Amino acid sequence: MSQQIEINIPDLLRKGFVLWILVGLLVVVGFITSMYTVQAESEGVVLRFGKYHKTVDPGLRFKLPFGIDNVYVLPVRRQLKQEYGYGTAGGSNDSQFAESRTRSREKSMVTGDLNAAEVEWVVQYRINNARNYLFKVLDPEGTLRYLSESVMRTVIGDRTVDEVITIGRQEIEEEARDRLDDAVKKFQLGIAIDQIQLQNVNPPPPVQASFNEVNQAQQERERMINEANGEYNKEVPRSRGVADQKIQAAQGYALKRVNEALGDVARFNAMYGEYKKAPEVTKTRLYWESMKEMVPKMGKKIILDEDASQILPLLQLNQDGNGGNR
Amino acid sequence: MKAQLYAIFIILFFIAFYLCTFVVQETEQVIITQFGKPVGEPKTEAGLHFKIPFIQEVNRIEKRFLPWNGPSSEMSTKDKTYLIIDTFARWRISEDNVTIYFESLRDERRALSRLDDILGSATRNAVAKHELIEIIRTNKDRVAQTDEALVQGIGKVGTLYPIKIGRGKVEDEIFTNARPKLAKFGIELLDIRFKRINYNETVRRRIYERMVSERQQIAARFRSEGEGEAAKITGKKELDLQEIESEAYKTVQEIYGEADAKASAIYAEAYDQGPETSEFYGFLKTLESYQEVLNKDTSLILSTGSPLFQLFKSFTVQPGSSPSDTASEQ
Repeated sequence: MSQQIEINIPDLLRKGFVLWILVGLLVVVGFITSMYTVQAESEGVVLRFGKYHKTVDPGLRFKLPFGIDNVYVLPVRRQLKQEYGYGTAGGSNDSQFAESRTRSREKSMVTGDLNAAEVEWVVQYRINNARNYLFKVLDPEGTLRYLSESVMRTVIGDRTVDEVITIGRQEIEEEARDRLDDAVKKFQLGIAIDQIQLQNVNPPPPVQASFNEVNQAQQERERMINEANGEYNKEVPRSRGVADQKIQAAQGYALKRVNEALGDVARFNAMYGEYKKAPEVTKTRLYWESMKEMVPKMGKKIILDEDASQILPLLQLNQDGNGGNR
Repeated sequence: MKAQLYAIFIILFFIAFYLCTFVVQETEQVIITQFGKPVGEPKTEAGLHFKIPFIQEVNRIEKRFLPWNGPSSEMSTKDKTYLIIDTFARWRISEDNVTIYFESLRDERRALSRLDDILGSATRNAVAKHELIEIIRTNKDRVAQTDEALVQGIGKVGTLYPIKIGRGKVEDEIFTNARPKLAKFGIELLDIRFKRINYNETVRRRIYERMVSERQQIAARFRSEGEGEAAKITGKKELDLQEIESEAYKTVQEIYGEADAKASAIYAEAYDQGPETSEFYGFLKTLESYQEVLNKDTSLILSTGSPLFQLFKSFTVQPGSSPSDTASEQ
């Protein structure tokens, strides 16, 4: 501003009223430039002659013009994020993600069992001390990126590849958050870490197939066990049923056998009762009854005279056999 | 004209004010030089300061913590593993040594190149003194969580390699080594850390091969476990089937035996009451067995002497009746 005045000196000397116009202009410009707004999510830091003067809350504010006061407005209530190993379009701040060509180096790490893993993560943070953020550290967000990478590798370096990829994720997030928050405090970045979240965590592409193979083998194991159980379930219950059936049948047989015996005996006893009264007659009667029933059932009947004993060899006995087959 | 005089006066005042003062920002400190030579104490307080115009010059020097982002460089560990290591450090130009810094380096560009040299070599030395695992791991007491399913069997999958000191101590070593060397230039090293540690190309390939073989070993175990479990179940199936079947057989035979025994007892009790019953039983049984043994395929040859035909021959025929009746029956 003062340079402008210098340049205008010859004019001012010549014409008095120009001077007053200029003074008036200066006052108006001064008034306008002394006004500023602090957004609701932000905080203003006022410097007077370069020295920290005060911190102001959101609203319409005034400052001294012409470079006497300077104001930095910082979004202290906004949650900012930094992405590592990947980048989503439309960042909330300049340091949200690294250039795409460095990302693969950003995410590749060595684990505590000397395997390799590719880890993508996101850091959510806020500016919590505007004074430190502005005056304590050059490029606090760049420093945060370096620190975050260092911390994440420290945490991953103390874990096995299986912990990193599967079981230890939450623990890693928590430990990394705590460590990073401590480091950020120690470094006086004026930043607080809200959260660290792991995104895609994978084995390096050349070995991914073998990791999948482990999963497949695990599935295969389950399948084999299930199939064997299936076979078992298919056969054993049926066999139990069959066994039951056999036992029931045997029990049926037993009942039948005993009942029949009882029946036979009852009949015998009854018959014997009668027989005892007249043994010879009963015997003969039974004999003849039985003959009457039996003889008609037989095929060929030959009656021989008891004196003609010579006829027997003449009979073609095997004819009956043929006759049976016919 | 009075107004013009005032104006000139005011303007001159502003010019003089501009020439005699300078602003020190919160982020910087200033060394005043007179004909290139530093004079007076460095101005480390932010705010408005005064100088002699034209003769004295203002040299602004950064007061904040500054980052140093080391170039990635390949180095070897004690166990000859080649790594690509990135480090970063924080440093500042301390208020007490700002004059030394100004005289020896003057600007940040030169300071950064000193940092490159000194920190680079300190890192290289420290890395070369330690095994790879010492710069990977940090907490030597940590025991890895394990996924039970993955680590059964033999092999050291799922275990962390043991360390003696760890990454933090190696970083400290670099720090204590480099700090005094940098202090000579008025640079105060605040700390140094490993940012990235990666295998170089050939080592990486070896590591990948090992990882693959490790995984294959786990996969093989899963498969064999599956087969083993399945065989166990099949075995149990065989056992259970045999047991069920044989037990059923046993029960069946017991039931049969018991039933037969019971029936026998019943029969014996009835038939064995005395010689009379035995004989009658024998008689009945004989007749009964005839019924079963003889059928239509049986040829019966009876002699006229048999009880059935006794009468046949010995009966005395009354005169007039023909005996040829019987002969025609043949």
